[in-house]
Amino acid sequence: MSATALKEPTATAQAPFDPEQYRADFPILSNVHPHGHRLVFLDNAASSQMPRQVIDRLVHYQTHEHANIHRGVHLLSERATEAYENARRSVQRFLNAREEREIIFTTGCTEGINLVMHGYGRKFLGPGDEIVVTQMEHHSNIVPWQMLCEEKGTRLRVAPIDDCGELVFEEYEKLFNERTKFAAVTHVSNALGTITPIKRMIDVAHAHGVPVLVDGAQAAPHLSVDVQALDCDFYAFSGHKLCGPTGSGALYGKARLLEKMQPFKGGGDMILSVTFEKTTYNTIPHKFEAGTPPIAAMIGLGAAVDYLQAIGLDRIAAHEHALLDYASRRLVEIPGVRIVGTAREKAAVVSFYVGDVHPHDVGTLLNEEGVAVRTGHHCAQPVMQRFGIPATARASFALYNTLAEVDALVDAVRKVQQLFG
Amino acid sequence: MDSKQLYQEVILDHNKKPRNYGSLADATHRSEGLNPLCGDHIWLHLHVKDGVVERVAFEGQSCAICKASASMMTTVIKGRSVAEAEALVEEFRQMTTGQLDPDKQPNHLGRLAVFRGVKDLPSRVKCAILPWHTLRAAFGERHTATTEGEHDPAADR
Repeated sequence: MSATALKEPTATAQAPFDPEQYRADFPILSNVHPHGHRLVFLDNAASSQMPRQVIDRLVHYQTHEHANIHRGVHLLSERATEAYENARRSVQRFLNAREEREIIFTTGCTEGINLVMHGYGRKFLGPGDEIVVTQMEHHSNIVPWQMLCEEKGTRLRVAPIDDCGELVFEEYEKLFNERTKFAAVTHVSNALGTITPIKRMIDVAHAHGVPVLVDGAQAAPHLSVDVQALDCDFYAFSGHKLCGPTGSGALYGKARLLEKMQPFKGGGDMILSVTFEKTTYNTIPHKFEAGTPPIAAMIGLGAAVDYLQAIGLDRIAAHEHALLDYASRRLVEIPGVRIVGTAREKAAVVSFYVGDVHPHDVGTLLNEEGVAVRTGHHCAQPVMQRFGIPATARASFALYNTLAEVDALVDAVRKVQQLFG
Repeated sequence: MDSKQLYQEVILDHNKKPRNYGSLADATHRSEGLNPLCGDHIWLHLHVKDGVVERVAFEGQSCAICKASASMMTTVIKGRSVAEAEALVEEFRQMTTGQLDPDKQPNHLGRLAVFRGVKDLPSRVKCAILPWHTLRAAFGERHTATTEGEHDPAADR
């Protein structure tokens, strides 16, 4: 094999979790912030940073393996194809999918959801049919379905959330009836951090014969995902939120569903034969991978999921949970700070308010202290409407964040309060 | 560029006590301004008579930069002609996008120059400029303004 073996993460899986050891893997974290502070990167839910194991893999590919995949008979094309398909195997392991061909490479979670909307929704849903979503979906898992509704006359049914940001399960259950033909639900809310009772949600849908797409954009980086145990029909996630490159992602789909779906995009590589009379589509997953994909990005994605798996998603989740608990506790000690989203089960995200200071101002001032948080509606406007607020400031954690960084966040928030008095 | 330069006393004061805040029952022009990215949302009400902005009011939900900008804008345009106000919109846009230095080039911005620091924070330019954009929409009777797409004030940066 021509590719270098993936370097192990710096710390061994057996050692107690010490984020400082993993920080050394992330070159960007040692940069000094222009304002003279150490960079405190707490915007991981938007996009996380890349370890040198992934960066090195990208460099290796560009230096030794780059060519177009699947079609060439020369050395480099064979190397690139091997690396690309190895990445698919990495993702298969990461999600515990049954078969490699159940993993379709996408440019991200959004494309994965759109693929299912076009490939499954447009083929199998029609007027009067209903699609169940939840009130905590982000725009990627709302807009494609609304586009389908507009085209097909299908209807969106929205399961509500309560004041803590938890799904009202009885209401979700009540939405299913003989008209329900699809469910598209999130695993973890990007704006609230809520972990949904996804297994029960899938079971309810299946009891009504309804296939389920799980939006795993915020779950895959923080929780151990097993698509066979969940029995979900589709699972979409993005690479750039789990230490991989932008423009990478994957969609898991059950083979029997993928096989009967129509292609999303037409072009090269997704066909077996083309004449002007008839085109025969390629087998899955290639049927859904038209044209030249971002090959390097997918190889980087493979390296990223290998990196996370070597550390252990359960250990990462436990560490992030400790950060979440500590941040939640310390932030509410500050008078006027309110946390939005207080579900019992949460992952890696704390959305908050600082008195009546607009989150946008909070974000600018935190940045001056070297603290990067996201501010705004987090592409989840319906969630904001549910809580009657325009926006929040959101700190979100990754494996490399530390308790000291939470302290830096808290100190910076106190400074915001002083300025706005 | 630090917070002291951006969040000057006068801006914090207008944020806390916005001037001309509210609605106008007899408005001749109204418009709504929205920055979908951050959720800044304002409504502007004008009473224009004989080409002069006689009264003006605004309301909405927004960050400190946007609210202070709207508040100061209302104090400045009241009593001015529509043409003068439109010239101010353009000067303000140029200043916040770094094309006009109020210390060196002739302008009519006066106190509005406190927003000059915004040009160093590209992500906040839209906040400062939204009320002005909304004003232009009201004059043009477009009724809505947005900081996205073809009307993006920061697009020519």
